Amino acid sequence: MIYLQLFLSFLQIGLFSFGGGYAAMPLIQGQVVTGHGWLTMSEFTDLITISQMTPGPIAINSATFVGIKIAGIPGAVAATIGCILPSCIIVTIIAKLYLKYQNMDALQSVLTSLRPAVVAMIASAGISILISAFWGSGAAIALSDTRWTLVVIFAVCVFLLQKCKMNPIWVMLLAGVMKAGASLVGL
Amino acid sequence: MENKRQVLIKLFISTLYLSAFTFGGGYVIVTLLKKKFVDEYHWIEENEMLDLVAIAQSAPGAIAVNGAIVVGYKLAGIIGALTAIVATIIPPFVIISLISVFYAAFRSNAIISQMLEGMQAGVGAVIASVVYEMGAGVVQSKSTSSIIIMVLAFIAACVLEINVIYIVLACILLGVIRTLIHKRREVK
Repeated sequence: MIYLQLFLSFLQIGLFSFGGGYAAMPLIQGQVVTGHGWLTMSEFTDLITISQMTPGPIAINSATFVGIKIAGIPGAVAATIGCILPSCIIVTIIAKLYLKYQNMDALQSVLTSLRPAVVAMIASAGISILISAFWGSGAAIALSDTRWTLVVIFAVCVFLLQKCKMNPIWVMLLAGVMKAGASLVGL
Repeated sequence: MENKRQVLIKLFISTLYLSAFTFGGGYVIVTLLKKKFVDEYHWIEENEMLDLVAIAQSAPGAIAVNGAIVVGYKLAGIIGALTAIVATIIPPFVIISLISVFYAAFRSNAIISQMLEGMQAGVGAVIASVVYEMGAGVVQSKSTSSIIIMVLAFIAACVLEINVIYIVLACILLGVIRTLIHKRREVK
């Protein structure tokens, strides 16, 4: 039952991603790339890139993208429902408790412990993306096989983001243009 | 406040609109929700909205979805929450569906596949920059336990390749234990 598998995978993503933004990324990678092999590492990276350039949360975008690829529109619906179901239940319960007691200390304390781990997990997923970009999906890491053009583009992008505070969407587009330009001149 | 039907229609249209045109993640959309429902419609009080945002950020799942649920629930109960969720999901669902139809054709185009390859390095840089800022925040907090959690979680995820779900569960457990110890100390 592919619909059930999609539903359950994205249910776990919805249930265990705390902190918003990129926090869902390592979980999606774990389910979709490592766990089920629904996407290759480079398709996954494309998905993250597309998510960055379109509105909507990464988790919802991924549910739609993976669902359609694996089982068409019904698959996308199953994955999306799985992804939001935990939120629906948990947020409604917390909202109900809050409107009654107006106190959330325990929740805050759990979050304090989670936040540093979320940073570490995002870093780990980011490293897989970079390995896939620099050496290609599945290839062994060897200095001689490094795609140096992409390493240079990466360095330029980090500079533009950190020093020039450029908008990430523009930085990513520019990275694409740089690579297309480099391949046209034969680098 | 207007009657419930009008509230639901307005809620649906405003969340749909915000979801369709908000780039840059959950934190941005939550700010816009506040602008709409606190400053423009005066349906929610400022203080209460801050707590609702805190709930949206601390519960699991996408912040934009959680934000829509709390606001919808606060305004019109379960029906309100469902209305806001559906409105929040429709735009990304439609946009990504359209993109996936063209993705295969896109990917095989020589120039576009070169661009996507370059953008992989670009998105890697964006993530590196986000991690750097978040990590610097953890280090600057000068909390030894936070730094230890960060290092251990990194080793677990990146070197040992432990499933991230177990890392999340371990941290939740740790948080619960910390709360209990803290409470016990307060009692003494």
